[in-house]
Amino acid sequence: MIGDDVLVWREVRKGFGRSIVLDRLDMTARRGRSLVILGASGQGKSVALKLAAGLLQPDAGQVLIEGRDLARQSAAGRKALLARTGMLFQGAALFDSLPVWENVAFRLLNAERSSRAEGRARALLALRRVRLDADVADKRPSQLSGGMQKRVGLARAIVADPELLFFDEPTTGLDPITARAIDALILDQVRRLGCTAVTITHDIASARRIGDDIALLGRGRILWRGPAAALDRPEDPALDQFVHGRAEGPLALAP
Amino acid sequence: MAAGREKLDPLSPLGRGVLALLAAIGAASSFIGRAVWATITPPWYGRPLLRQLWAMGYLSLPVVGLTAGFTGAALALNIVSGGSRINADQVLPQIVALGITRELGPVLTALMLAGRVSAAIAAEIGAMRTSEQIDALQTLSTDPFHYLIAPRLLAGLLAAPLLTAIADLVGLAGGWSVAVYHLDFDPRLYAERTLDFLSPGDVGVGLVKALVFGAIVALMGCLNGFRATGGARGVGRATTQGVVTAAVLVFAADYAITYLAAARP
Ligand SMILES: Nc1ncnc2c1ncn2[C@@H]1O[C@H](COP(=O)(O)OP(=O)(O)OP(=O)(O)O)[C@@H](O)[C@H]1O
Ligand SMILES: [Mg+2]
Repeated sequence: MIGDDVLVWREVRKGFGRSIVLDRLDMTARRGRSLVILGASGQGKSVALKLAAGLLQPDAGQVLIEGRDLARQSAAGRKALLARTGMLFQGAALFDSLPVWENVAFRLLNAERSSRAEGRARALLALRRVRLDADVADKRPSQLSGGMQKRVGLARAIVADPELLFFDEPTTGLDPITARAIDALILDQVRRLGCTAVTITHDIASARRIGDDIALLGRGRILWRGPAAALDRPEDPALDQFVHGRAEGPLALAP
Repeated sequence: MAAGREKLDPLSPLGRGVLALLAAIGAASSFIGRAVWATITPPWYGRPLLRQLWAMGYLSLPVVGLTAGFTGAALALNIVSGGSRINADQVLPQIVALGITRELGPVLTALMLAGRVSAAIAAEIGAMRTSEQIDALQTLSTDPFHYLIAPRLLAGLLAAPLLTAIADLVGLAGGWSVAVYHLDFDPRLYAERTLDFLSPGDVGVGLVKALVFGAIVALMGCLNGFRATGGARGVGRATTQGVVTAAVLVFAADYAITYLAAARP
């Protein structure tokens, strides 16, 4: 079992101050598959991803990578577990003091101590994979549009060939054509390179394309989970409401 | 429930205040401990260090030089115009030398650095915190203390003494030029009396101060930036607090070091 479960959220609770965001979240990302997390805004999807990336610590419960509890690892052990992950932040979170190519090559240059020539060459390849021209490489992140910044963040997440990928809304703010290309890139990472991907998206069509497994997050836990094919004819009332964007239904949102 | 307890125990707000203060001191100490540890252990990042040395050291030269020059000149004028009542003008070169090297050179340099450097560090790191760039560092297997804090602390430790040495020179020159051009001192005699009088201890105390001030200026910027929360306002608050805590600590440390140095003449 553990061999297949790369990443497990087990009874995870997480709150900020008095508000509880995640309440006994149970979720699993399986090896070589693409898990898509759906859910209304503010339901804790990004928080769940940051817990898995070791940026937040659960108040209770565990986050297990390769069967090992992140919170109970030594600093070196945690670093080793997280060394093979890549993360795209919802807000891109590019380093604005560095040019684009150094952003993309950051891990190669600073954690893996590659030469600058090699880092640049691999950064340019990664930029091409996210459909960015080589001439953005020497610009500053602030000179790029939001969608371009997002793609630079994506290139930064995949450049060092991680095995476990976290994408927080990779196609939000992109035109449909580029969004399709990004979907194809994510699929390529999973199908061809055998990565495990966890993607948050609000785009049902994209979820249908890139997802193997779907998890619908709401009220701090998983409301529904199942195969991506279920998105075509959702039987679960919550999923049905979400997919069709109905105002009425079990997903009571705050007015 | 909590309100009921408060009524019974009028001292509880005071206790909470003390606890909050202790917690703040504890958090600052652990931050400083981690910062020092990151500075003395690998990995070291060369490029960020060079960038910080440039920003803190080289780019601070004009403001530090101007401040020191004007202050040395004003000090000399003050001694002659106000100090002649007690014949202080007889020992003008000596007073200027003491005042600049032991006190004004290091303190003014540190205050200028608090305004320029602590503020810039707090704003930059605060913006990195609120835009999740510090989280991003972690996901890229890079420790923020090694990558962000250590280069700034090292640059502060290197730049402040160098700038202070330059401020000393410029400050002495400011005093000298007022003495020579305004007060008709003999240029050679003034310079000779300055050099004969100054001991390595005077300059040394000033440079020890500068080392401590450099650490304070860098660390207060880093600490406040690192803790910033809540967008633009949070960054603004962090910047203000960075400057204020750095300046206050500089004055406190100035007194402490002066006191220790005076205890052992
Ligand atoms: N660092 C934080 N401090 C305090 N509260 C936080 C923090 N991060 C998230 N929250 C709160 O947690 C809740 C969930 O946030 P999260 O970013 O995970 O939402 P989300 O599901 O990703 O929403 P969206 O689809 O809009 O991105 C929100 O109510 C938010 O206010
Ligand atoms: Mg989110």
